[in-house]
Amino acid sequence: MNYRMIKNILGWILIFEAAFMALPLLTAAIYKEKVFFSFLISIGICLLIGFLLVCRKPKDRTLYSREGFIIVALSWITLSMFGALPFCISGEIPNYIDALFETVSGFTTTGSSIVPAVEELSHAALMWRSFTHWVGGMGVLVFIMAFIPLSGGNNMHIMRAESPGPSVSKLVPKVKTTAMILYLIYIGLTLLEFVLLLFGSVNAFEALNISFATAGTGGFGTKNTSLAEYSSYVQIVVTVFMLLFSINFASFYLIIMRKFKDAFTSEVKTFIGIVLTLIVIITLNSRGVFDTLGDAVKHVSFTVASIISTTGFATADFNEWPQLSRLCLVLAMFLGACAGSTGGGLKISRVIIWVKSIAKEFYILIHPKQIKKVTVDKHPVEHEVVRATNVYMVCYIIVFSVSVLLVSIDNHDLITNFTAVAATINNIGPGLELVGPTSNFAFFSPFTKLVLIFDMLAGRLELFPMLVLFFPGTWKK
Amino acid sequence: MNIIIVGCGKVGQTLAEQLNEEGNNITVIDIDPESLKNVSTSADVLGILGNGATHSVQKEAGIENADLLIAVTDSDELNLLCYMVAKKSSNCQAIARVRNPDYSIDASFLKNELGLAMLINPEYSAAAEIARVLRFPAAIKIDTFAKGRVELVKFKLPEKCSLVGLSVKEISTVLKCDVLICTVERGDEAYIANGDFVFEERDVVSLIAPHKKANDFFQKINYKLQSAKNVIVAGGGKISQYLCEILDRYSISVKIIERDRKLCEYLSAQFPYATIINGDANDRELLLEEGVNRADAFAALTDQDEENILLALFVKNTMSGKLITKVSKTEFDEIVKPLGLDTIITPKSVTSDVIIRYVRSMKGSMGSNVETLYNIIRGKIEAAEFMIRASSEITDTPLMELKFKENVLIASILRNDQVIIPRGHDKILTGDRVIVVSKHLALRDITDILK
Repeated sequence: MNYRMIKNILGWILIFEAAFMALPLLTAAIYKEKVFFSFLISIGICLLIGFLLVCRKPKDRTLYSREGFIIVALSWITLSMFGALPFCISGEIPNYIDALFETVSGFTTTGSSIVPAVEELSHAALMWRSFTHWVGGMGVLVFIMAFIPLSGGNNMHIMRAESPGPSVSKLVPKVKTTAMILYLIYIGLTLLEFVLLLFGSVNAFEALNISFATAGTGGFGTKNTSLAEYSSYVQIVVTVFMLLFSINFASFYLIIMRKFKDAFTSEVKTFIGIVLTLIVIITLNSRGVFDTLGDAVKHVSFTVASIISTTGFATADFNEWPQLSRLCLVLAMFLGACAGSTGGGLKISRVIIWVKSIAKEFYILIHPKQIKKVTVDKHPVEHEVVRATNVYMVCYIIVFSVSVLLVSIDNHDLITNFTAVAATINNIGPGLELVGPTSNFAFFSPFTKLVLIFDMLAGRLELFPMLVLFFPGTWKK
Repeated sequence: MNIIIVGCGKVGQTLAEQLNEEGNNITVIDIDPESLKNVSTSADVLGILGNGATHSVQKEAGIENADLLIAVTDSDELNLLCYMVAKKSSNCQAIARVRNPDYSIDASFLKNELGLAMLINPEYSAAAEIARVLRFPAAIKIDTFAKGRVELVKFKLPEKCSLVGLSVKEISTVLKCDVLICTVERGDEAYIANGDFVFEERDVVSLIAPHKKANDFFQKINYKLQSAKNVIVAGGGKISQYLCEILDRYSISVKIIERDRKLCEYLSAQFPYATIINGDANDRELLLEEGVNRADAFAALTDQDEENILLALFVKNTMSGKLITKVSKTEFDEIVKPLGLDTIITPKSVTSDVIIRYVRSMKGSMGSNVETLYNIIRGKIEAAEFMIRASSEITDTPLMELKFKENVLIASILRNDQVIIPRGHDKILTGDRVIVVSKHLALRDITDILK
């Protein structure tokens, strides 16, 4: 294990985190808020420890797959632990575990909050919450890789461990250029949304917050009622962008490169199909809740987009909707967005592989000697990818059930426990019943919060990096 | 530069790694997912699964924007087809590996009529390299400039040599030789030698001179330089066959020891001028009987690395001539190098070196006038050949009046097939080819060497 190199990269993470905190620092300066100093102190701490870790340059810069996983897991943990400092120092969220929950929820783009009155937070704190979404959405290490020089295939190990989806493909030969293209698309789309929101006469501060939270498919808002108080125009803009940010970014690149046929992969098509089906079913089912059909379509579309993109914004309290609608939404929680997007969940591409594997298995039952490969977009999926995807499902079920078991120690009802874990492990935000869109996670015990923090990190990093940390073989020489 | 490599076997992988390190955008194409995975984990390259000779796969790999296609699959025909398909959809240059002698004969047709930039035959390249070393046993490595008219010779000063203790400028006054000393490696340091530089034992010296003058120089310093007259070769594979053919042109007699009787019969029919011995090269008595201790050179070219190394180590103690060992694996370089085996030939490195040299000069020639580019000492000192096309501040002025940057050496000027080793009063004229040795890497134009 190359500990020095790991330390070095963690040092860089802290230096970058200090740079990220400059934005809320600036916000505090603009609004002349006292939290300015708590951010200043946090930046100081990050820089100090960061430079201490970076100054000892490792001689051996090689990284293997194992280091890749550990770097990703530890980076996210470090990022969250230090990101929680400003909340604690300013006293806005006095309890450290609560602050950590809020920060992890931010970086993992979950959007579950423990803050009962969002409006009472300072502008700087609100900005930091939304900005953690934006930073975490695309992946911190992918961002940093565009800056730190790593040679050879080293950075591929990191990219593979951090990027969502069953397999990673580069857009262009160099990882660095790939990372830059992805970030340019990301920044471009975020800016576009920001400008469109400004046209909807949303003030600049809120427009920026909403854009960051949508881009990362996070879901932290600046109001307790989430997006319910905004105009229909704003809600429609956000609906569209939530869906855009849950599509594989490679597709955008292909569209820019004018390869339209390649851009619409079976994953994107399936995603669009699922979204439309869910909207139709839920609208028909919960028609009675709304005054007009137009209203129903608007709110249902927003909610479906919000849940399947794993953002977690709300315009209506879907906890009050009929059972079928509620269940469809829970289903959407698990499906999640496309691979290679900023969204969470199981990912549509995995679902496609599972469905096709099941079909393949049936064919083999009927014709035992038949040789059949799972193919996606006419390309055969390698056996290793299918295997890893299946193991992923098993791990997911185990982590999920153990979490529900641990959360139930708090003695709340099953729907609350089940959806609390589902909302955190899939990085969505709100669940049902006690953790519904109008409530928050503050009432859970500290132990439950730690379990949910683990779930959020495990969900965002797609289980394996976090699980590898606890696998004894990882640390053996 | 955007480069597409079709086929990621030994050579493909080496190329991908080295070219990537030099900052090119590499896309590799292969039909085997496993080897594709190997390459893309060891280097920052994009892997595309599929048949590289098909238009759709090439398009996926971005052939439209590619500057160069390198086809190094196992099959000659596929490599040529890759090139043909690429040529139709893009105006990139192409290098193809073609091993089969049937096609090699048509090399000039393929190059001139079909526009292939370069044909490379790994075995032939390796054999040519061996032949060059045999003709000039004193050298560790020989590169050629200006289509072979000027040689860049790298050699190690032996312990008792009249050059030791002399300074560079005394070469022309004391030895009356017209050669140019470019670089000297001493331990880990590399120097561009100026006039006052004094030679020491075990220095590794690189000099530039036309072949004859270099010979002259080696004679004057009592360096054993005669071309080897008889060579014993262990193993009768492809390289040995090409070697046999090349050495015959220089009337060097070859003795091949080969185990396989059928192959021996084929060899003796193909190369009647060579002595073919059917026997095991591992047989100590056989080697001695065939006069390995009296041979001028011994080349271990069997297909087993271990056997070659063992043979070389044995021969090293019984023979005083030149020793050449073929080692295919580069993974264990750090163990093989300290064994002191003189010249080690690695076919895949020879191949990739030739291609990389071409890529470098191609890269150099984009917006500059570099014709050929050599690494004399990897990453430290380069020799570049410039074609002077237009007059500039550097032309028509005696060299002593020009102000050069430090660590720059004008190694030679070629004018109308004549090689001039430049002195202070010489001038560079338009139409000349100039070879510059420098520590400043990536020179783009001849004027870059001025202050």
